[in-house]
Amino acid sequence: MILVKDNRCDFCGTCVAVCPVDAIELREADISIIHETCIDCDICIWVCPIDVLTSDQEPEGKND
Amino acid sequence: MTDYDVIVVGGGPAGSMAAHSAASQGLKTIMLEKDRDIGYPVRCGEAIGDVGLRQFMDPQPEWIAATITKIRMRSPNNTPIDFESDQIGYILHRRIFDYALANRASQVGAEIQTRAYVDGLIIENEAVRGVQYQYMGEKRSLRAKLVIGADGVESRVGRMAGIRTSIKLRHIESAYQATVGNIEIDQSMIDFYVGRNWAPGGYLWVFPKRDGMANVGLGVIGTLARDYNSHDLVHKFLKEYYPKATMLTSVCGGVPIAQTLKCITGNGIMLTGDAARMVNPVSGGGIISGMHGGKIAGEVAVEAISAGDVSVNGLREYPKRWRKVGGKNHETLHRISETIYDITDEQLNKIAERLSKTPEKDRTLLKIFTAVAREKPRILLDVTRAFAGV
Ligand SMILES: Cc1cc2nc3c(=O)[nH]c(=O)nc-3n(C[C@H](O)[C@H](O)[C@H](O)COP(=O)(O)OP(=O)(O)OC[C@H]3O[C@@H](n4cnc5c(N)ncnc54)[C@H](O)[C@@H]3O)c2cc1C
Ligand code: SF4
Ligand code: SF4
Repeated sequence: MILVKDNRCDFCGTCVAVCPVDAIELREADISIIHETCIDCDICIWVCPIDVLTSDQEPEGKND
Repeated sequence: MTDYDVIVVGGGPAGSMAAHSAASQGLKTIMLEKDRDIGYPVRCGEAIGDVGLRQFMDPQPEWIAATITKIRMRSPNNTPIDFESDQIGYILHRRIFDYALANRASQVGAEIQTRAYVDGLIIENEAVRGVQYQYMGEKRSLRAKLVIGADGVESRVGRMAGIRTSIKLRHIESAYQATVGNIEIDQSMIDFYVGRNWAPGGYLWVFPKRDGMANVGLGVIGTLARDYNSHDLVHKFLKEYYPKATMLTSVCGGVPIAQTLKCITGNGIMLTGDAARMVNPVSGGGIISGMHGGKIAGEVAVEAISAGDVSVNGLREYPKRWRKVGGKNHETLHRISETIYDITDEQLNKIAERLSKTPEKDRTLLKIFTAVAREKPRILLDVTRAFAGV
């Protein structure tokens, strides 16, 4: 499952652009992952310029 | 019954140009922007070419932070190559520029609504007939003959209409930019750093913004973004080169450097700007290409609505005209970008060394490309053509 770190996101939309299944909802200052849609491909984690996203499944990801 | 002829989603340069060209021909037009502010946050290095800008309007002093007459490129081993011309371009104040573009659209009758987050489309008989949006927590909907998706890199409006817009990691730059104060740089020069050291698969830029301010940013190609982080690299760079610089603001952003989507229309919908992936894939510049795309989309909206056919077939002029204005050049640029991606740091150093031996006054763009081409022969023709056309 993709987790969003608190108080870190810049709401830039880079993760939204790469998400293959449109599972990220992004407003002016609010981001959420639609877990029912997400396929846990993790590419949003890699592409985020400031490491906002992590996964609870893959501890050796970029953020750790 | 429709509320509007055209709904434009997104209030960036592409959206404002689309709204302007539709409204100026008498179409009832509204532009919806999710943020409270047009043009802010500024997710952009704010560089714009003189020739490109003048295709739409004369540069106005209030938008311009700096006038650029010199480009410096630094190879991985820090050999600087300078190129000078008094027609290069400007660093904008995009906040002011984007306001001006939106205001220009409203002056010909376009309505603008900010804090309006589009979260769905009205789709009937396989055609887009309007949008659903939230305004300050309240659900609303509007019907229109045509929707123009100018919603930037996220490009969700297209997906809502069933157009595949998601981008491959190979085709996006994961970017971070700091706007800094107290930095001593030449106010007429833009400065680029290439190579794995600072900019894996992209370039680091230092763009002057007058009074000792500058945009310092970097895009890392998505495929390498797992191992390199643009935020960390920018801060490391600042510490090493400009330790006295102070942070004024910072932004993240994604720069789509893909080819324009094959499909940029659907029944009742057109995509434009970053949402259609119109950014110049070599420079990462998307202001001018977005303005072109938006303008054409607005013009085609006028024609399709007056002909009473907003189906894919009725909108077929749109991809055709985009291809004519930006598209062909865009494809060439895309090929170059694929080649540049493969150039190694050693090759970049060799190119720079060769160029640094040419006297500066003889250092024309063509000479630069000749040097590049000795390392990578097949791109010479492409590069020359591309820059001649920009
Ligand atoms: C770090 C960085 C540096 C850059 N530097 C340069 C540069 O120096 N020169 C250059 O030419 N280009 C540069 N670019 C690219 C340039 O910023 C974009 O190409 C340009 O802004 C695209 O214009 P646009 O109108 O298509 O999209 P945008 O300007 O992104 O506008 C899209 C708008 O749509 C809104 N929106 C999105 N979703 C919704 C929704 N669901 N509902 C309502 N509104 C929505 C967004 O809030 C946004 O305001 C840079 C990009 C980045 C990230
Ligand atoms: S890429 Fe990162 S900073 Fe940008 S919206 Fe996604 S999570 Fe937030
Ligand atoms: S893990 Fe993949 S599917 Fe899930 S939100 Fe991220 S990019 Fe989308």
